[in-house]
Amino acid sequence: MKFRAKIIDVGCLNHFTRVVNTVSRLTKACVLRLTCDHLYFVLSGRVATGGVSMWCELSQVNFFDEFQLEGVSADANEIFLEVAPENFSRALKTAQNAKSVKIKLTKKTCPCLTLAAELPSLSSVSRVVTHDIPVDVIPRRLWHDFREPQMPDFDVSIYLPPLKTMKSVVDRMKNLSNYLVLEANLNGEMNLKIETDLVSVTTHFKELGNPPWGDDGSQSSSPTHRDPDLMAEARVDIKKLQQFLMGQQVNPSKAMCNIVHRRILHLIFLHEDVSLQYFIPAVE
Amino acid sequence: MPLSTQSQADNDQYILIASLDNARNLSNILKAISFREHAIFNATQNGLKVTVEDSKCLQANAFIQAEIFQEYIIKEDAVGFQVNLTVLLDCLTIFGGSTVPGVCTALRMCYSGYGYPLTLFLEEGGVVTVCRIKTQEPEEPIDFDFCSTNVTNKVILQSESLKEAFSELDMTSEVLQITMSPSHPYFRLSTFGNSGNAHYDYPKDSDMMELFQCTKIQTNRYKMSLLKPSTKALALSCKVSVRTDSRGFLSLQYLVRNDDGQICFVEYYCCPDEEVEEE
Repeated sequence: MKFRAKIIDVGCLNHFTRVVNTVSRLTKACVLRLTCDHLYFVLSGRVATGGVSMWCELSQVNFFDEFQLEGVSADANEIFLEVAPENFSRALKTAQNAKSVKIKLTKKTCPCLTLAAELPSLSSVSRVVTHDIPVDVIPRRLWHDFREPQMPDFDVSIYLPPLKTMKSVVDRMKNLSNYLVLEANLNGEMNLKIETDLVSVTTHFKELGNPPWGDDGSQSSSPTHRDPDLMAEARVDIKKLQQFLMGQQVNPSKAMCNIVHRRILHLIFLHEDVSLQYFIPAVE
Repeated sequence: MPLSTQSQADNDQYILIASLDNARNLSNILKAISFREHAIFNATQNGLKVTVEDSKCLQANAFIQAEIFQEYIIKEDAVGFQVNLTVLLDCLTIFGGSTVPGVCTALRMCYSGYGYPLTLFLEEGGVVTVCRIKTQEPEEPIDFDFCSTNVTNKVILQSESLKEAFSELDMTSEVLQITMSPSHPYFRLSTFGNSGNAHYDYPKDSDMMELFQCTKIQTNRYKMSLLKPSTKALALSCKVSVRTDSRGFLSLQYLVRNDDGQICFVEYYCCPDEEVEEE
């Protein structure tokens, strides 16, 4: 198993750092899956994490100047590593103004991703800062746990309202209740609702637009058959939704969610070369 | 504005309707008295009075006159209820507490009477939020029996001068002592904390002193924990009047200008700390 990669463009480095920072805000531990074309940060839904799962996909060629991978075997040319994204973030922080950053899979006292940042210096000799980020290699027999999630058979797909407004409302609602209901229809309408003994609050968003998913068969019924006014809803733990919204450092070019009525809230954020999907299970 | 397109039928059920183009003109002043969870609302033709009390020794009142509201309809002589003030403030600031110039949250506050929730319609940038907050039967606010005829000493100061003192108050002191006297030190705030005693003196001819009417020397102590919340009202205000009566009861009245430059009042009443002997 071999992995080496290098970033030399400061814009790419900053962008990569932002992605890792976002992931580190969403989870303490995740799986980093490396293939020849992509990097994936994966969190698979487990009771311990409240059933939340995440899939963040980066196209390698948009970040790295050099990228060499030799996977577990010829027919399984991939590497799966368990890593704490916060360690990765911290290492990248010191690499902020680096002329180049090299990442390599190494074996120290344990397997590591070694990050070496070449920092600018006044003398002719560059200063190199090295971080060893401990990782766990995940054996091939467990890879099926970290498969790409299927697009769920959703009932409604809708673009999210402006993130700033959504964040403010969810922040306040979190003070009032532990759970929030997100409902939306194919008429571009979304409501955020909380209800407790003390207070009920509903925020109404209109004219959000619904993404034009084609006839790829991934919808339970085509839009023309579903009553456009009919709401699909998911009741979720507010903290999980807030955590996802707070983690975003950069406004995505597209933000949308899919709702499987009373089952799953599937949030999708698309940037130019990164896609982030977050699945929050609905609770009773 | 979307909020005013409610039907006539909706309006008929309400005994109190109060609307503001800028919800901050209500939320800011309520924050100045938000040291306890529950607030007593009393609405009359004159406007809204909101009362918060602490341990029967402290009472804070915020007055928002009817003229401040863009719409103020009241169908009874007096309408009273009690709500959770923390919840109310979260609702009033649902679109975020930040002050972006030109962007306002519009508010329409409605109440149908005993047993009904307080209903808020808030709108910003085309997004509407509806809140229904449970109300309780209002408690009777304490009557501190503070009337102008019993006032022994009164000063009016520009808030600027007191803001510095209040922000530096030694919180290790259990009491705040207020001395008012026709002669030196005129008006003095004192604390007795772990690092020693501190005094803030305001002479009667100071620029900051707008009015000085002291008939006899009085020194009273008030629990610091009770008066500390008044700092929020002081921060919002431009002028403050400090009055004590013959019993040593304290009245602090703050003149507050809202975002639109309109005037509202906040007042705090506080009982003297009983452990101290009167001078």
